[in-house]
Amino acid sequence: MIEWKDVSFTFAGASAPVLRHVDLRIEEGELCLVVGRTGSGKSTLLKSINGLVPYFTGGTLAGDVVVDGRSTRDHPPRQLTDVVGMVGQNPAASFVTDTVEDELAYAMENLGVAPDVMRRRVEDTLDLLGLHELRSRPLTTLSGGQQQRVAIGAVLTASPRVLVLDEPTSALDPAAAEEVLASLARLVHDLGLTVVVAEHRLERVLPFADRLVVVPGAGRPLLSGPPGELMAEAPVAPPIVELGRLAGWRPLPLSVRDARRMAGPLRARLSATGSPPAGRAAPAGGPAVSVRQLSLSYGPVRALHEIDLTVGRGAVLALMGRNGSGKSTLLGQVVGVRKPDRGRVELCGSDPVGLAPRRLIRLAGLVPQDAGLLLYSETVAKECAAVDHDCGLEPGTTSAVLDQVLPDVPRHRHPRDLSEGQRLAVALAVVLAPAPPVVLLDEPTRGLDYPSKERLVAVVRRLADSGHAVVVATHDVELVARVADRAVVLADGEVVADGPARDVVCHSPVFAPQVAKVLAPDQWLTVDEVRAALEGAAP
Amino acid sequence: MSGRRALGAAPRALHPLAWWAWAVGLAVTALKTTDPLLLALIAAVVVFVVASRRTAAPWARSFSFFFRLGLFVIAIRVAIEVAFGQRGLPGQVLFTLPRVPLPGWAAGVSIGGAVTANALLAAFVVGLQLAVALVCFGAANTLASPYRLLRSLPAVLYEAGVAVTVALAFAPELVIAVANVREARRLRGRPVRGASGLRGMAVPVLEGALDRSLQLAASMDARGYGRRAGVSRAHRRMASGLITSGLLVVVVGLYGVLDAGSLGGLGLPVLALGMGLCSASLLLGGRRTVRTRYRPDPWRRPEWLVAASGVAAVAGVSVAEALGVVGVQYATTPLAVPGLPALPLVGILLALLPAVASPRPRPTVAPDPGRAGGGAARPDRGAQPVAVGSGDGR
Repeated sequence: MIEWKDVSFTFAGASAPVLRHVDLRIEEGELCLVVGRTGSGKSTLLKSINGLVPYFTGGTLAGDVVVDGRSTRDHPPRQLTDVVGMVGQNPAASFVTDTVEDELAYAMENLGVAPDVMRRRVEDTLDLLGLHELRSRPLTTLSGGQQQRVAIGAVLTASPRVLVLDEPTSALDPAAAEEVLASLARLVHDLGLTVVVAEHRLERVLPFADRLVVVPGAGRPLLSGPPGELMAEAPVAPPIVELGRLAGWRPLPLSVRDARRMAGPLRARLSATGSPPAGRAAPAGGPAVSVRQLSLSYGPVRALHEIDLTVGRGAVLALMGRNGSGKSTLLGQVVGVRKPDRGRVELCGSDPVGLAPRRLIRLAGLVPQDAGLLLYSETVAKECAAVDHDCGLEPGTTSAVLDQVLPDVPRHRHPRDLSEGQRLAVALAVVLAPAPPVVLLDEPTRGLDYPSKERLVAVVRRLADSGHAVVVATHDVELVARVADRAVVLADGEVVADGPARDVVCHSPVFAPQVAKVLAPDQWLTVDEVRAALEGAAP
Repeated sequence: MSGRRALGAAPRALHPLAWWAWAVGLAVTALKTTDPLLLALIAAVVVFVVASRRTAAPWARSFSFFFRLGLFVIAIRVAIEVAFGQRGLPGQVLFTLPRVPLPGWAAGVSIGGAVTANALLAAFVVGLQLAVALVCFGAANTLASPYRLLRSLPAVLYEAGVAVTVALAFAPELVIAVANVREARRLRGRPVRGASGLRGMAVPVLEGALDRSLQLAASMDARGYGRRAGVSRAHRRMASGLITSGLLVVVVGLYGVLDAGSLGGLGLPVLALGMGLCSASLLLGGRRTVRTRYRPDPWRRPEWLVAASGVAAVAGVSVAEALGVVGVQYATTPLAVPGLPALPLVGILLALLPAVASPRPRPTVAPDPGRAGGGAARPDRGAQPVAVGSGDGR
């Protein structure tokens, strides 16, 4: 169905190709999962399927990509609409029209599909993706998961033979991601579409993937094969696979269901070694952030309602909850974005609202969802120098912090040209350089692969150990499982759960990490805990 | 989920062109009269119709913006009159500002001096005219989504139109982007005000804007935007030549219609010629694209009524003008109470018809609470009608 014939691709101005001599075939009806570290060329590979690479990115493509017999050499993306449907990470950025129905019809209008056929296909697609209730809704009023389903529907109506999705769930909360992936599973099973999907939360797609393509990055050759075999070796693996490797399960389980059926002996062994670790001792430091009876609304919309929260020095607090539940707003309040309607916030003893920017950065550092917003200079080196200058630090301090967070970030690159993980590292360094006692991270793992997450976990732990108070707003339950001492769940601007992270996540079917699901009812959260317990028991 | 046929017409959205015809009719009426009472009446009619037929859709919120813009226009017009108005005309002096002496080369301009009530009133009326016209356009924007208007355009205009709507949709995003960047600058300990603040913010905001435009362009292209049927080059050139010349002729014709003296009564024929040229181009150009249209909005009796009511308003004021009815143009010297001429009054009141003659918009559907779109988007309460539902199946 899709064939790459000796394809190499080099971005304009880049010294080395991103893809080198790629030879790959994806057969009709396959669900192909593409994995790889951030910046490895996954997106480039995906976008080359319908010619967005190189028509929209520039650069040089050598070789030939053939989809359903049409080569992207002489078919620009618009001539491949009826063969390839392409769905991006950010659905809102791809919407052309203003209501759900019009958006679904847009591609068909361009193709000149007859009106009665169009009408029928829109209805079918609405049903297929469970969108019929939303048919006349303005697109801007939809939730993230709904928007992503509309974006999928909008390319499906052109009845393509291939559906390509580039990290379709990276911006979604767990429930919304589930919603999108369930729709995807349905398309694969019911329609037999050929689907190519790049996904960081590969644990969710792995169970029904037919083929796994590993993009190792730096132009090294791709690996392609059945998921079970490849996963045993893959450098990036979901917790369930790591647990399987640790326990020596064969074949390697790819879904919670499979793992749970094999996990009986492991559960017994673990029970024998004792209970899961109790988590870190409550930090000794005094409160760094204290929020009292905080309420805030945007016009008629209530954003926060009577929030009470204290974060002590040395603590890691995870803020969880669905999209729009008030997590980002709460973080914004800690740095004094707006005067609250009621209640107050104390940041290291002072009121953050109206605090001069220069004082603020010495008390709290916030890395926003789009980390790139914090960066303005033309190169990483200049960015670091600017921070040193602004904060009156010894020249080179920020650069040194950056090396601790992530070594080898190219200093001469423009921040926008860095990979997601590198950009986050630079933003973190910029925020951490003046050593503020409070560090706030908004959705830091968005678009990060497992190794980058690993490094983030290490950084956060180190911060907490050196007495910083860290607040992480996140959807990523695995991250919470690994770093948080305490978890707070927000819903509609109210605190609905507040307690030790272990209790909070294990008691929720949505938020429980994979390891906890496999080993329930014991509250094990991470593979590392299990490994430590087994090793401790072995001698 | 819709359709209460029992209550007269089923809820549906009116054809966007009907709303635009109505609004343009009222705007032209406003530009043809300087009677402040008639102008105020037009504004009242527009506000009433909008209030009875608006929806909760995002684009429907622009009305208050246009209303405030109108007030601003009046204020500016009056302020300019106070500061730079022409002096030495007869009238009732209200107060005298100190005169600022200007060098000889600025002979035509004066600053300060005696301000008369007559001059102020005249300035107010001119401002009011413009403000009412703005409110009319705001109403059209509110009642018909820009995208739906675009959909009813002929294929040859469609592609240029998409660029325009995308640009329109982009403005609110820019506001959000500016807020985000401002906040980010504060987090970096950089100034957010003043010249240095502005310069530091412009680059990231524009970069974000460019990124987003590229993403959108990629998405549109990947969904087949700009696919062409094979049409010869000469054919394409002829179509674009016709539309360019046609639009030029239309402009000249409009000028003739609005300024009666300039073309010696030839305004309407010239306008018609321009329209003819444009239509020919549209017919030619239409063959170029393969586009079809999904559920085109029907044009039925309510559409005729709404469009006709706009025409009635123009007709009322035009006929009164032709008959030389006193009071259509308001004279500010000497000061007098404005009259309320009957013929224009009837025309404008007829323009209230859409408040009852147009079908009710489809009822608001509340979004499930708490599921705002990702990121900065906040939930908008409610939804808007589109031509969906039981009433308008073909």
